[in-house]
Amino acid sequence: MEKQRYERPVIKKLETNMPNKYGLRTEYRPMTHIDGVEVTQLIQDHGSPLFVISEQTIRRVYREAKKAFATRYPKVQFAWSYKTNYLDAVCHVFHQEGSWAEVVSGFEYDKAIRNGVDGSKIIFNGPDKTEMDLEKAIKNESLIHMDHLDELYSVIELATKLNKKPKVAIRVNMDTGIYPMWDRFGFNYENGQAWDALNKIMRSEKLELIGLHCHIGTFMLSASAYSAAAYKLADLALGVKKKYNHDIKYIDMGGGFASKNTLKGSYLPGSDVNPTFDDFAEAITSALINSNFEPDNLPLLILETGRALIDEAGYLLGTVISNKRSSLGKRTTIVDIGVNILFTSFWYDHKVTPAQPFTQYTEDTTIYGPLCMNIDVIRDSISLPLMNKGDHFVIHHVGAYNMTQWMQFITLRPKVVMIDANSNVHVIRKGETIDRITEFEAIPKHLEGFEL
Amino acid sequence: MQIKKNIAISESGYIFNPSSGESFSINPTGVEIFNFIKEGKTYEEIEQLVLEKYNTDKDTFDKDYHDFIGFLKQYHLLDYGEKEN
Repeated sequence: MEKQRYERPVIKKLETNMPNKYGLRTEYRPMTHIDGVEVTQLIQDHGSPLFVISEQTIRRVYREAKKAFATRYPKVQFAWSYKTNYLDAVCHVFHQEGSWAEVVSGFEYDKAIRNGVDGSKIIFNGPDKTEMDLEKAIKNESLIHMDHLDELYSVIELATKLNKKPKVAIRVNMDTGIYPMWDRFGFNYENGQAWDALNKIMRSEKLELIGLHCHIGTFMLSASAYSAAAYKLADLALGVKKKYNHDIKYIDMGGGFASKNTLKGSYLPGSDVNPTFDDFAEAITSALINSNFEPDNLPLLILETGRALIDEAGYLLGTVISNKRSSLGKRTTIVDIGVNILFTSFWYDHKVTPAQPFTQYTEDTTIYGPLCMNIDVIRDSISLPLMNKGDHFVIHHVGAYNMTQWMQFITLRPKVVMIDANSNVHVIRKGETIDRITEFEAIPKHLEGFEL
Repeated sequence: MQIKKNIAISESGYIFNPSSGESFSINPTGVEIFNFIKEGKTYEEIEQLVLEKYNTDKDTFDKDYHDFIGFLKQYHLLDYGEKEN
């Protein structure tokens, strides 16, 4: 007779009217498959931990976002935010869907070019563009979004040197009623810096002012702030039209849309309370349409949202190493996923679902990663179904930033696989090896050899 | 070591301690072990019964059993009378 699945014995004191930080049970069904592929099989074939990206989910979410904007505004263009996830396979899915590239460094710029993106469809943002980067961007007719006056002067100089008219926009920061106000990037709207930069561009006659850009924050939980931002950019664009009789071709509203993750400290789950693409689209497009643009001459609306497009498509599979008790008797579970590969666990209460059947019994648990570091906490407090040593689980919504901000620290970074629409599994990034890490190192001659 | 005589347990794992008014919930494996202790079975007997029925190993059971007993102690559900071991 086949033995039954073992669940450790637990006893829980029943207390009423005692709210606590662990919350209620959130998991009701195990996640045994991702896009038709068994989780245990994925771990068997590719090891644990393992990042899994669902191609179908990327395409579905992208199309939802596109639809939300395109049904409200006639000219919409998305540009894939490389820093959010610049694995080539991921970028290719977005480019196949029609996204341009939005990059913030020479490295990312080169990655976009290598991916086959036409230079004129690359938006070059960020405060650090070297002269070499700018020269490349000018020659490729990329869209240069200027962050500061030093950059503006460099671009004017390069335009003269190369005898080309670079296509430029300025990044504008502004008060949209949210805290904190992001004012470190670009030129301020309220104090006149933005107008100062626009006047310099128009008067120089060396640059083609093609757009206006803003990016008001990150993980925005209020769609109305985008409305304020869109009105202010529209005001600048209409001012340029009036003053210089020059049409601004596009308004780039940047990104910062919240994904469905739950921020730490949030009382309700992000999937229930965070604004939807429709909410953001309604705020932005209404502001642009209701401003004084001529109805037949509306600027192109560019969106650079990253997190909200890719978070849901990313899963991180892991394995339980041990169940322990803390000094106070609190249940702690150690898993093989550390904060070095799940950077976002500092921001979010990630949803964790066991990959095998479980009962309705849970324990208030702290999930620790495997790193020998006190900061390595994946969930401070979670009402977690009972899992045994060696059991597998799935962490949800990890597609944004984890595969770019991860660190090779203490242990090696795992593989990344992508599951296509036909449930085929493709390795899109190999796991690291010790040779790969040490090949960058060198030992000076006098340090070779020692006796212990 | 015995379960205190006045402690009541239902089939679904609801435990009531009439002397303190406290109530507890335990999962099915917990109910089984709780009842085995109540029946006066030794650790070795309980271990054998659990390993026969469930897909687990000695080490895991040993660790989980003592963890469970620790909580029964903490919640004052155990009685250390003549049979203490």
